[in-house]
Amino acid sequence: MNPTLVAARAGLSRGWIEFKQTLTRPNDLIAILVTTGGFLVAMIWTRNTHVPGTDFSLGTTMLVSVLGLNVVVYGVVTMGDLLVVEREDGTLLRAKAIPNGMLGYLVGKVVNVSGQVALVVAITLLIGAFLFTGLAIGSPGSWLTLAWVLVLGLLATLPLGAVLGSLFPSERSAGRWWLLLLGGLAAISGIFYPITHLPVFLQWIGQVFPMYWLGLGMRSALLPNALAAVELGHSWRHLATFGVLSAWAVAGLMLAPVLLRRMARRESGSAVAARRDKVMGRA
Amino acid sequence: MEDVLEVRDLRMRYGKTDVLNGVSFAARRGEMLALLGPNGAGKTTTIEILEGFRMRSAGEVSVLGTDPAHGGEAWRARTGVVLQSWRDHAKWQVRELLAHLGRYYAPYSTASVTRPWDVDDLLETVGLTAHARKRVRNLSGGQRRRLDVAIGIVGRPELLFLDEPTVGFDPEARRDFHDVLHRLTDREQTTILLTTHDLDEAERLADRILILVGGTIIADGSADELARAMSGQSEVRWSRDGQRFVHAADDATAFVRELFRQYGESVEDLEVRRASLEDTYMALVRLAEHGAPRKLTAVAA
Repeated sequence: MNPTLVAARAGLSRGWIEFKQTLTRPNDLIAILVTTGGFLVAMIWTRNTHVPGTDFSLGTTMLVSVLGLNVVVYGVVTMGDLLVVEREDGTLLRAKAIPNGMLGYLVGKVVNVSGQVALVVAITLLIGAFLFTGLAIGSPGSWLTLAWVLVLGLLATLPLGAVLGSLFPSERSAGRWWLLLLGGLAAISGIFYPITHLPVFLQWIGQVFPMYWLGLGMRSALLPNALAAVELGHSWRHLATFGVLSAWAVAGLMLAPVLLRRMARRESGSAVAARRDKVMGRA
Repeated sequence: MEDVLEVRDLRMRYGKTDVLNGVSFAARRGEMLALLGPNGAGKTTTIEILEGFRMRSAGEVSVLGTDPAHGGEAWRARTGVVLQSWRDHAKWQVRELLAHLGRYYAPYSTASVTRPWDVDDLLETVGLTAHARKRVRNLSGGQRRRLDVAIGIVGRPELLFLDEPTVGFDPEARRDFHDVLHRLTDREQTTILLTTHDLDEAERLADRILILVGGTIIADGSADELARAMSGQSEVRWSRDGQRFVHAADDATAFVRELFRQYGESVEDLEVRRASLEDTYMALVRLAEHGAPRKLTAVAA
């Protein structure tokens, strides 16, 4: 029996167990439903507004773009948050104390978070299909594009979440950062309104980050082709989408192991105890 | 027999502060060692270096024949760690968690040691069978601690580290827990290194006691040996004319003889107590910290 393989397989079942826990824990489930529901309300609100220059529903566009936002929220924030929280409660140290435990831990996290992303995308699409018009979900091509954008998006965001999670010193400080990061990015990534209406320098900044490309990729998969006309360059830019998301994936996958190893090396019983004392002292 | 644990001249320095100044000790297979010492003496630092969780500044350390600073996953599989406080895996069920964590050890099974420990057998051993399906967050403090120990031994470690394992236990839970540890050393030949503040526990459990003060081991021996080494510290209590007296005598018998010779019938409530581990410990720590033992002199109540 190859120990690495055994740990990887244990990681798969670990991810599945944790995913099921997310589904059966009222708190976690409510958090998912509230965020998804909140977005849906905003979309329904704008259902009858048109995308500028077209007679297409802005709400439908937003619904699809939010799928891209969701990948970033779960891939980066949920992943990063889990790392920060589980570093504080000792889960990570536990993983370090068992053979190949860190590998199993990471595989588990990837499975769990990917599962949550898939769930949220499915819920959003299901509701969207009933409430919104114009979704191009009839053709196999749509689903194929959705699939590769989703997978590449997870590859680009999960390692990034791990990197940020290993850098943030505590749960509390992480919370502020996430909000700032997400709010700022969503505003300049063309999620809620076409990016073409932003000043050019903001368009450029937006196009550096994966969120814009995930939104674009989702729109290319699920909106009628004619809507490419309102995008930058009047095209879905699949090649560029692939390129930018891949670049983020490669950078993240190269950086994450280094930072995770550094973080794991620093873990010890006294480190966990010191953080707990600090949290309690503040409370 | 080969030493499971060997530490020679271990030193640890943080910035300009020396936390460990040359710690040396060894442990043989199946031995239970208790590491005692005041807060800040370096107990946790020592144990974390041995666990491979912390780099040392200098000295030689061999744990199961390997330097823990370079211990790989196969080495890790032969050790078990129980830390002071765990809050992890709160949403998991007890049995589910033990079964999951056991899987990682399966490839490290050998002809003599079958890994991991059978889950149901393990639950029985630590007395958690009735709580197998409970979520970890719903366990009581003592149950949670027993789960920690179960996780520490699920891979059938040859060497187990326990950092203050019984804090918050009621007397019965403590007794049960001690039985578990004894079973491990007797039946499984597990070597155990534990830190504790409970001197009674150390006396009852450990084959050998190490006292760590100011970054050095100031005593190394069984509770009896340590007490004998400090035999001058027998305590004599008596009262005379309504006044109570306490005296620490080098030779209690001679002291009492002299006491009767001087005061005869007026000596009452005589009590002679051999040094307990607690007395020995206090005397040794005081000796190490202040360079001289505090004189126990007669006091009026």
